[in-house]
Amino acid sequence: MPEILHSFFPPTPGRTHEAQGPGAAFFALMVCAVQPKPCLWMSEKWQAEQLDPWGIAPFFEPARLLFAHPKDHADTLASAEEALRSGAFGAVITRLSQPLTLFTGRRLLLAAQAGKGIGVFLIPEGAGSPSADTRWHCAPYFSSDDSTLHTWQLIKNKSGTLTTWVTRWDEQTRGIIVVSKAAERAGAARPPD
Amino acid sequence: MLRARPIDAPFALTHRHSNTEQIYCLNVQAARQGLQKGIGLGEARVLCPGLQTAEAEPGADARFRQVLARWAGQYCPWVGVEDDGLVLDITGAAHLHGGETPLLADMARRLARAGISHRAGLADTRGAAWAIARHGAQLAADATAKPHEAKAPRRTVAGPMGGSANSGGIALKAAPAQARKASPPPKTAPFSIIPPGEARHFLAPLPVAALRLPAASCIRLQRLGIRTVADLTSLPRPSLTRRFGAEVLLRLDQALGALPEPVSPLPPAAPFALRMTLPEPIGLLKDVSAGLERLLTRLCTRLEATGKGARRLVFTARRVDQASVQVEVRLARAMRDAPRIARLFERGLNEMDAGYGIDQIRLEAVELEALPLRQASSYKAAGPDDGLADIITKLGNRIGLENITRLLPADSHLPEKSFSVAPAAYSEAAHGWASPNLRPLIIFAPEAIAGHGSHPPQRFCWRRLWFRVAHIIGPERIAPEWWFDHPDWRSGVRDYWRVLTFEGRRLWLFFTPQHPGWFVAGEFA
Repeated sequence: MPEILHSFFPPTPGRTHEAQGPGAAFFALMVCAVQPKPCLWMSEKWQAEQLDPWGIAPFFEPARLLFAHPKDHADTLASAEEALRSGAFGAVITRLSQPLTLFTGRRLLLAAQAGKGIGVFLIPEGAGSPSADTRWHCAPYFSSDDSTLHTWQLIKNKSGTLTTWVTRWDEQTRGIIVVSKAAERAGAARPPD
Repeated sequence: MLRARPIDAPFALTHRHSNTEQIYCLNVQAARQGLQKGIGLGEARVLCPGLQTAEAEPGADARFRQVLARWAGQYCPWVGVEDDGLVLDITGAAHLHGGETPLLADMARRLARAGISHRAGLADTRGAAWAIARHGAQLAADATAKPHEAKAPRRTVAGPMGGSANSGGIALKAAPAQARKASPPPKTAPFSIIPPGEARHFLAPLPVAALRLPAASCIRLQRLGIRTVADLTSLPRPSLTRRFGAEVLLRLDQALGALPEPVSPLPPAAPFALRMTLPEPIGLLKDVSAGLERLLTRLCTRLEATGKGARRLVFTARRVDQASVQVEVRLARAMRDAPRIARLFERGLNEMDAGYGIDQIRLEAVELEALPLRQASSYKAAGPDDGLADIITKLGNRIGLENITRLLPADSHLPEKSFSVAPAAYSEAAHGWASPNLRPLIIFAPEAIAGHGSHPPQRFCWRRLWFRVAHIIGPERIAPEWWFDHPDWRSGVRDYWRVLTFEGRRLWLFFTPQHPGWFVAGEFA
C-alpha cells in the first residue's frame, strides 16, 4: 500500500527526526516553513554554512528563524535539549557532527515530548540514532523547468513503511506537494536514462 | 592594623620594593627614633632595635579610602579619592556645619575617636589645600620651633581587612567667594586653613614638593637651588617650561588658582543592590532560592518604581569560610518579573557550591534598561514573545548571549553583505524580506573550480563530485561597491549564473571577467 506523504510530513511534533543527504537543509527549512511558530537553527561555531535570508524569504519569513552557535558537541546537545523542552520553538533544527548515543537520543526525545516541538537533526550520512521517529534521505532532483524538485526517501519509519517521494514547493498552496509518488519507489528499478 | 592590635612602641609596615624590604609607613614613636619612609628594613633595625613590623597591604589601603570617602559624604557631596587621601569640595556646604573651622574640628574629632590620624588643609584651590595638608604642619613647626606640638600625630591605622591604611591628608577646597572666619587654626589642631586669596602668601615658604610634582622634577629643582615655592614663582616662566616641561607650571597655576582643577566625585553606589545577612548559615537549594526570591521581589518593586528593567543580574553568596560564589544571569530582554527571573537563576543555583554554608546573599542589577509601564491589554505579543525571551536567556547563559543570532537586512547589493548577523537579545526581528532576484538558500565563501571562458563549463568538479551541466540561467552581473574596500571583491565584477545539473544540485556559479576564474558561491533549493 503506497503511503501518502502528508501522513509523515510535516513530521510528528513531540518527536525527533533525522535528515541526511545533500538536500537535508532544504528539508529542515520546509519543516520550518509549514508551521507557524519561531524556529531555532543550531550549528556549531566552526561550521561555516550560512543560510541566506533572501533565499529563505520565498518560503517563509526569515524573522521566524533564530540561530544558535554552541562551541562544541556537548553544548549543542544541552542547548538542543533546553530549546526542545521550553516549547517556545515550533521546530529545533540541529546540525550534528557526531552521532547521537542511545542515552542522548532518548533524552532529546523526552525533551521534545515535553515541549511538543519538532526536533530535526541534520546528520552525516549513516550516523542515525535509534531514538529517531523517522529518518529521511533528501537530495535535489534534476528538473528542466527550474523548480525545487527533491527526492525525499524515508529510510527509517517507526510507524509505517519506507517510501520515496519526489516533491516540490508549491507557490500557490505554500506547502510541499508530491510530484509523482510512483517515480522512485524504494527498491524499485530506476527508469532507464 | 594598630586599631586591631594597639602597640605603644616603634612600629612600621613594610613592603617589598625592588627586591628589598622597605618601610612603607610608620608611627610616631618610630619616627622619633629617626626612621623614615622608604628606608630599608635592615637599616631601620640598626637604628631602632625594638622595631616591630608587619607587612603592608596596599589593596586594603585603597579599600579603606573608599570607606572613608563614603563617610566623608556627610560633609559634602563632592568627595574624590586621591592616591593617599581624600579631596572634598565644600563650596556651599560649610555653613551647614557652622562654618569651615567647626566643620574641620568636627571632622578631626570624629576621626580621632575612630583612631585615625589625619591632617586636613583647606584652601581656595585643590592644589593649595593639598600642599597645606601635607606640608603645612612642617611650616608651622618651623615657625614656632616646637616640633612635636604642631605636628599632627601620625599613626598607622587599620583598614577593615587588617591591612594598613594611612589617611594621608584630607584636602578641602572652598570657593573664594564664600564668607569665612579668618581665625588662624589652633596650633594643636590637625588641620590648617588658608584664608581666601592668600594662597600665594601661604604657599611661598613651602618646599616645591608641595606642588604635587614628580620626585624627579623636585630633585632637579632642588639641585638648582630652587627649594621653595617662592623661589619658583620668582623665576621667568618661559625658561621654566623649557627646562622642566609643562607640568611644573601647570601644578603651580593650579595651586595658585590660575587654572581650574575640578574634583571628580566617586560614582554613587548602585541603588539596585540588595543584601540579606542570615543569622544561621544555609546550604539547601530550597533555602537559597527562597532567599533569592525575597531579594528579587524587593528589587523588582524598586525597578518598577523607577521604570527600569534589569538586563544583567549578579547574585553573590558569601560563605562562612569568607569565600563567595557568584551567579550571573544575562537577560535577553529587560525584565522586572520576579518569578520569571527566579526561574532563570535555577541552573546557576544548582551548580553553586555552598561549601560549609552561606551566611550572606546579595543581589545586584548590574545593567539596567528603561522599561516603561505598559498596559497589559494593548500589548498583544506578550505571551509567546516572553517564552522566546526566556529561552534565549537560558541558552545565552550556557553558550553566550552573543552566540544566539538573527539575520537582519543590510543595505548592500553584494550577496554576502545583503544581510547582517545580529545578537537576538539586542535586536528586533525585521519583517518584509522581498528580493527581486532569486537568491540561493545557502551561501559560502567562493570555492574555485576549473573552467574557461565566460560561459559556465559543461562539466566541472566541485567538492570531489563531478557535475554535468543541464541548464544555465544568467548571467546576473554584480559589481563591487567601489566606496568600500572588500578584500573578497578585489577581483572585480562578477557574473553570477544559476546552474542546474543532471545530478540534481542547483548551484550558484560566478565568473570574474577581470581576473578570469570560476567559483561556486552557493546552492539553491
